Amino acid sequence: MRADRVVFPGQGEDSSAMAYLKAHRLDEVIVNLKQPLLGICIGMQLLCRHSEEGDTPCLGVFDAEVKRFLPQSHEEKVPQMGWNEINVKREELNVKREEWNVKSEDSVHPLLKGLGDKPFVYFIHSYYVPLCQETIGVTDYIQPYSSALHKDNFYATQFHPEKSGRVGEQILKNFLDL
Amino acid sequence: MLAKRIIPCLDIKNGQTVKGTNFVNLRQAGDPVELGKAYSEQGADELVYLDITASHEGRKTFTELVTRIAEEINIPFTVGGGINELADVERLLNAGADKVSINSAALRRPQLIDEIVRNFGSQVCVVAIDAKEENGEWTCYLNGGRVPTDRGLFEWAREANERGAGEILFTSMNHDGVKQGFANAALRRLSDELTIPVIASGGAGAKEHFRDTFIEGHSDAALAASVFHFGEIPIPQLKQYLYKEGINVRL
Repeated sequence: MRADRVVFPGQGEDSSAMAYLKAHRLDEVIVNLKQPLLGICIGMQLLCRHSEEGDTPCLGVFDAEVKRFLPQSHEEKVPQMGWNEINVKREELNVKREEWNVKSEDSVHPLLKGLGDKPFVYFIHSYYVPLCQETIGVTDYIQPYSSALHKDNFYATQFHPEKSGRVGEQILKNFLDL
Repeated sequence: MLAKRIIPCLDIKNGQTVKGTNFVNLRQAGDPVELGKAYSEQGADELVYLDITASHEGRKTFTELVTRIAEEINIPFTVGGGINELADVERLLNAGADKVSINSAALRRPQLIDEIVRNFGSQVCVVAIDAKEENGEWTCYLNGGRVPTDRGLFEWAREANERGAGEILFTSMNHDGVKQGFANAALRRLSDELTIPVIASGGAGAKEHFRDTFIEGHSDAALAASVFHFGEIPIPQLKQYLYKEGINVRL
């Protein structure tokens, strides 16, 4: 694999997507990549350890369990469909982290820098990744959850940067600059 | 918090944008790609492109247009009009559409919803419903509001929801083109009965109408055409207004 960057996008269903990856032996290819990889939406979910959708063992890059949204009130519809905010300020993230795997003085992860005050991005999903060690962006829908993750050369967003207007374009640019 | 969405709708005939009043008397209103880009820059949250061409040639033109839109536009867009079978859905999604909106074909053969959901997921499947209120009863109509059916709005919307549709786009034929506000009582009942988002359509004439459909109609999104195309309500001003009214919008 000589690509400088890899994007792992998609929409669909976790168990069939995982079965497809295995049938083409792409599961082994993906976890062994060394260049920066950006998982988007289902791509992010498949990078986790396990998904409730179809009770699916996934790639295990991120040590997290993908769960289904359980609405607490009627206003909370599933799927979450539309624009929601991401909180990217490290001091406000409700996650204990030793470091970003990047310069410790940075208050925002490099993937999510330069997005302005209240960055809205476009989501469309029924399953979510809870807050975990690898969380770099948090969104609140029913409860706070991980809308962006990072570990080593693996980056991921639950939202669709390619559909998120200028904010999304900035994130894609940041990914290319990593 | 999830933002309420503002969605301009562009009716397309032979590759050009048109908009009618009460579904007839079409007027030109610009190039679809340029118009879509302008809306995106202004802060539209999504776009809907409806193909109102009937001919086979027109379908091909529309598919090519969808490819151009996908290349040029960086917000989600839905396409609809003339989708009769799964092959149409596949063609439009492959051309780059994010979602498809189905209307008459779903009323004629509701299994189409299941097929789309099974093959492409709920998130791509918008069920559009044109309905008219007569003597206190809401009736669904086929073929752009020309042919009445024996289906009621609420029971059909529930069935679409249960079959796996990702969203309901409800157009009130009583309100469409009249510019006196959305059908908020019916919208509220839909939104409260369904577990999926509801898009309000038909009746936008002033900024207040959008506020009212979000607050009184419990709508998740509001769609309009002519008030945007002819600059009667600029989207940035609309969003500032809604924000001041306490509605969560993406600025």
